[in-house]
Amino acid sequence: MIREGALVLADGSVFEGELIGADASIATGEVVFNTVLSGYQEVITDPSYAGQIITFTTPHIGNYGVNAADFESRGTFCRGIVVRELARRHSNHRADMGLDEMLRQHGVPGIAGIDTRRLTRLLRDTGAMPGAFGAAAEAELRAAADGEPGTDGIDLVRQVTVTDGYTVAARDPENRTLIVAIDYGMKRNIAVNLSRLGTVEVVPATTSAADILARDPAGVFLSNGPGDPAMAPYGVETIQGLLGNVPIFGICLGHQLLGRAIGAGTVKLPFGHHGGNHPVRNIATGKVEITSQNHNFAVDPDTLSGRATMTHVNLNDGVCEGLRVDGELAFSVQHHPEANPGPHDSHYLFDEFAEMMATATSQKVGR
Amino acid sequence: MPKRTDIHSILIIGSGPIVIGQACEFDYSGTQACRVLRDEGYRVILANSNPATIMTDPDFADATYVEPLTWEVVAAIIDRERPDAVLPTLGGQTGLNIAMELFERGLIGVPGTPEMIGANAEAIATAEDREIFKQAMLGIGLDCLRSGTAHTMDEARAVVADIGLPAVIRPAYILGGRGTGIAFTADQFEHIASNGLTASPISEILIEESVYGWKEYELEVMRDHADNCVIICGIENLDPMGVHTGDSITVAPIQTLTDVEYQEMRNSALACIRRVGVETGGSNVQFAVEPTTGRQVVIEMNPRVSRSSALASKATGFPIAKIAARLAVGYTLDEIPNDITKTATMSTPASFEPVIDYVVTKIPRWAFEKLPGASGVLGTQMQSVGEVMAIGRTFPESLQKALRSLEQGRLGLGCDPAEAHLSEMSHEDLLARAAVPTADRIQQVGELLRRGVAIEVVHDATHIDPWFLDQMSMITEERAVLAEIGVDAMTRRSWRRAKRLGFSDGQLAHLWSVPEEEIRTRREAAGVVPTYKTVDTCSAEFPAETPYHYSTYEDESEVRASDARKVVILGSGPNRIGQGIEFDYCCVHASFALRDAGFETIMVNCNPETVSTDYDTSSRLYFEPLTREDVLNVIAVERPEAVIVSLGGQTPLKLSGLIPSELVAGTSPDSIDAAEDRERWNTICDGLRIPQPPGGTAIDLEQALAITDEIGFPVLVRPSYVLGGRAMQIVHDRNHLARAMEELAGFGSLGKEGGLSAERPVLIDRFLADATEVDVDAIRDHTGEVLIGGVMEHVEEAGVHSGDSACALPPPTLPHWVVEVIESYTAAIAKRLDVRGLINVQFAVVGTTVYVIEANPRASRTVPFVAKATGVPLAKVATRVMLGATLAELRAEGLLREPVGGHVAVKEAVMPFNRFPEVDPALGPEMRSTGEVMGIADTFGRAFYKAELAAGTILPTTGTVFLSLADPDKPAGLVVAKRFRALGLGIAATEGTAAYLAAFDSPVDQVLGKVQELGDDGEHRVTAVDLIADGKISFVVNTPRGALGRSDGEQIRKAASLHRVSCVTTVDAALAAVQGLSERVGEVLTVKTLQEYHDAPARGSAAGAS
Repeated sequence: MIREGALVLADGSVFEGELIGADASIATGEVVFNTVLSGYQEVITDPSYAGQIITFTTPHIGNYGVNAADFESRGTFCRGIVVRELARRHSNHRADMGLDEMLRQHGVPGIAGIDTRRLTRLLRDTGAMPGAFGAAAEAELRAAADGEPGTDGIDLVRQVTVTDGYTVAARDPENRTLIVAIDYGMKRNIAVNLSRLGTVEVVPATTSAADILARDPAGVFLSNGPGDPAMAPYGVETIQGLLGNVPIFGICLGHQLLGRAIGAGTVKLPFGHHGGNHPVRNIATGKVEITSQNHNFAVDPDTLSGRATMTHVNLNDGVCEGLRVDGELAFSVQHHPEANPGPHDSHYLFDEFAEMMATATSQKVGR
Repeated sequence: MPKRTDIHSILIIGSGPIVIGQACEFDYSGTQACRVLRDEGYRVILANSNPATIMTDPDFADATYVEPLTWEVVAAIIDRERPDAVLPTLGGQTGLNIAMELFERGLIGVPGTPEMIGANAEAIATAEDREIFKQAMLGIGLDCLRSGTAHTMDEARAVVADIGLPAVIRPAYILGGRGTGIAFTADQFEHIASNGLTASPISEILIEESVYGWKEYELEVMRDHADNCVIICGIENLDPMGVHTGDSITVAPIQTLTDVEYQEMRNSALACIRRVGVETGGSNVQFAVEPTTGRQVVIEMNPRVSRSSALASKATGFPIAKIAARLAVGYTLDEIPNDITKTATMSTPASFEPVIDYVVTKIPRWAFEKLPGASGVLGTQMQSVGEVMAIGRTFPESLQKALRSLEQGRLGLGCDPAEAHLSEMSHEDLLARAAVPTADRIQQVGELLRRGVAIEVVHDATHIDPWFLDQMSMITEERAVLAEIGVDAMTRRSWRRAKRLGFSDGQLAHLWSVPEEEIRTRREAAGVVPTYKTVDTCSAEFPAETPYHYSTYEDESEVRASDARKVVILGSGPNRIGQGIEFDYCCVHASFALRDAGFETIMVNCNPETVSTDYDTSSRLYFEPLTREDVLNVIAVERPEAVIVSLGGQTPLKLSGLIPSELVAGTSPDSIDAAEDRERWNTICDGLRIPQPPGGTAIDLEQALAITDEIGFPVLVRPSYVLGGRAMQIVHDRNHLARAMEELAGFGSLGKEGGLSAERPVLIDRFLADATEVDVDAIRDHTGEVLIGGVMEHVEEAGVHSGDSACALPPPTLPHWVVEVIESYTAAIAKRLDVRGLINVQFAVVGTTVYVIEANPRASRTVPFVAKATGVPLAKVATRVMLGATLAELRAEGLLREPVGGHVAVKEAVMPFNRFPEVDPALGPEMRSTGEVMGIADTFGRAFYKAELAAGTILPTTGTVFLSLADPDKPAGLVVAKRFRALGLGIAATEGTAAYLAAFDSPVDQVLGKVQELGDDGEHRVTAVDLIADGKISFVVNTPRGALGRSDGEQIRKAASLHRVSCVTTVDAALAAVQGLSERVGEVLTVKTLQEYHDAPARGSAAGAS
């Protein structure tokens, strides 16, 4: 049964389509796009999309279904998805169910049949924009879009972070290393990668530095997460308390918060980076990594001087993709070395974190 | 790192003639490389024997050698040019093989010789040698197919116990793959393995785990010397493992892998290119995936630019060959801007991985209808001769567009008149057929789905992934819905839904029995018109100004009409026998000439292998099917002042009557029709008093017999409006005529191409045996001036299709006055047809009479050959003339120059028979060559020798020549035998031929028996087939004319083809060969550039006897 519907943006643009996924009379959110060719399940379950409606530029979505292993978090946090074509039948030996079923189970509404290329071109030119979709009349959808605040000035981290901490055991039971991971909306595969380095204690975003240091971790990890880093001052405060006391590695929002903690500025990008194909140069080695990206804000490289060194740069637009804090064992990257979805080229960064923790431990022992 | 300054000159080895497996994709890649390297300031030296290519235009390289591609000849070029480097990775397997032969002889890639750039010898060897490659892959932890060899059944059982069933068994040292089989059960294994051990001369079999039915993928990888690696495109094969990827329907991007699986494959591909050691450039890595477990194995790797990379370039917009050429001279990926996303204000680098927001489908095109005897079953050896690509926003849309791009009478996935033959079959029959991969399988699957056969059932039979089958069933289900709705109740939403699933107006017209024009009118009235999207490598993430578009049915169109003067050029569609790269050359030249003259050019084509579908060849490129609907749509958006239909072969010519006639550039559609319509053509020839062979037209057998009663046998029977001698036959008697007419009327493949009707009758002409055929290419402008581009004399006599015959320019044997008569006739015909642009006229000369056979006011396949032989850019000149320029103006402008002389150019055809050992390689009136080569030298003999060498025909200098001649050929055969003898070769012949030769005091060394005959003593006598198989014959002259001994001759010719012994099937070719050899003996083969030939003094007239 076809459920006709429409997507209306805050600028009044209307897109005709058919409703999919969970029933919702009106879904609203900040409309963004992602250009990955594969990995829709990982994207939909990435907490960084809290408050957002995800447009997939790849026309066929749902082809290989969804499976238990590829969830990137305990559920979904996005407000909806926009696709050109939802597969009515999936085909893959790993699949447990179809995407439509999963969307219904997790209460994610969606709209299909959309000219997603027109939508993407619009978002590219105007920036991420509030929007609403559903079966409601156009005027109603327009009003809903207008009333949608978007992600600016909202603390989305509190919506997605865990309320109680939990522990992920080290892959190697003999490994005694302890890592504290601050969850601003952490992807599951980060925990998987960290667990190769030691036991991971995942703590809520508002956890204090003292609480963390009391656990005597070998290193602290700052996770990815949604929205504007300026809206999580508690995160900055905690990081400032950790700097100099323990090695730190941050990804995405964690990177931005580290930047703010050392006094650097963050800026909102015109339409963000959302895809799996961005070239990033490791400035030290000169090598190019193809990276997975998902962010709307970035550290302003002009504000780093004297505080940190830019280590990675996006070759498409010069955005700061990584920094190392001068004189401290702390570094971070804007892109996603844990991939899922996306290339594994930057995977070595986890090894660098391991080395940094080892260095710190040996220094401590030496002292 | 910037480009290298320690090298200054680079030799590029091209891929030679178009053959199955190596088509014009290497012209595309080579042309890109030449342009880039010259732009970078290097001296570019090019070796390629194929005159139909764009890269061999003298403008594209500093030194262009149209010379045979053998290592000896390339060594001579290296000796003369002393390049600093050789780039072997852009000329297909040919380029790679020659580079390896040169390397093995220490002529390149070692100190003191030209450096190999792109890939070194070790990398090439690692990728090319199956066993070395496998060990290398296992060494880096990648999974490969498990296999083992066995010499006894015990060993075989042990191997299969290890690798499991199903398994493929391949006997060692068996030509042509005989005895190879797949065993699914232990019993089958016992049977096939023991047969294999017996069949193998060394009692050895290779047992390999079978991947038949596994999913098949390819990744296109690029690497720079700083070890940056990117994947340009992932391709998923719709046809699973077991069908060569060149024969598979393929789709980009990959559709049915999770990201976890895709990244595993990506990591493997990067590890593979690093391990093989391709230092810079593009490679292609192929994987098989077991569908129920996801196990991935590496199948093979091409350490060079390939057919798939051409497809990947067109599919994504990322110009792999261009980038590969830059990487080869030292740039890194991040130093090269991405041309596509380069705008006035920003650019992104080439060091990224393209993403696309549409689906690309490639479908091969085969030529089985021209190869009677070929099974038509697809397998692990490639058999297709061309391909189409289509772009749609979804797979169903792109699949249907691709199917109608094929030009085989299909309007999409079923729902057209041609589906009638499928609808009569039973489910069981259809399912059984669909289980065997053939050219028709996709339509058979469509029909099964239309009937509601479960996807699981179709999947079990075909192993096509259920996702693809479900997407196809969306088409067939929608068809049922549309039938239900009916044309009158269609709403905007329902029209849009149908068009978004790729339905053509033609399919809907068929479905509702409404004229196509009415469908168009109603659809447009509902407001449903195509939108044009842009191919931009980045799914719209960045602004792009690429002029590369495809149609789809969406909200927004990205094409903005410009006010410039615009010309649409219709391309030639998929390569096929009879219509190939020559026409792409003409279209590309038209685009270049018009851009130079200030026009915007708009190219429409659907062949991903070509230069014409490169996004920077024209001002704008529409990657679209060449059908009336799709072409009218482009015309509606672009509003051009003219449309060029006469340069792309029969494909656009057929459209000339379907587009507004005032838009057709050059010769009017009415004139085109006058040349094609038999009655009108006869009137013209009668009026000019130019003799024609007697004949007439018929639409049935009765009419045909009436004609033969009048003119007698033999006759030449051919359908109208086809190219390449499609279904053309020489008919000797009434029974044969009846068969021929029946085939033309009912024969499926021809029915598809237009069939027989009152509008398209069969032409029946008296066959002029022993005539010399002559081809003329000429241009006429609107003032009436006629330029004779070239007069070409065929080496093979009439009866062999002109496309399969060698020909020479200038004519080596025609008297000067005959050439003058031919020129006068050509000019008169051009005038009567009021030609504006190119015309090709074919003549047959018998004694002192010049007959005109046919005239075609369009580009012929010899245009590029003539241009290269004479230095006159015929296609460019003709294009300008079509748009109103005069020859005098073009002379003043410098575009038109006087033709050069002082040398002879010979064009030779290249045949596909080594791929089809079951097909008789005798030449006839139906064209079957896939490509051509050119030999150019100071005499006919030397030029012919070079052309033969380039075509792969090894003219023998030692050994034994075998002669078997039809009676009329025996006098000339005597001369051939004497001359071979004089050159020191032995002669063997069949009894009749031997007796004839002996009578003229020219005894043979060995008399051979007939193939299926016992000697007088009842013993099986040694036959030519035996000697050929034993490698004791170095050259075969076997003429099949007449009805006698045909099957015997066929066996001999097939044996020669199978064992790669050169064979000529006409006595004229044998005479030319022996002349070439005589002139060649004792001298060093000299090489010379086209630029040097073209700088020679003009010869005053393009024609002239030697």
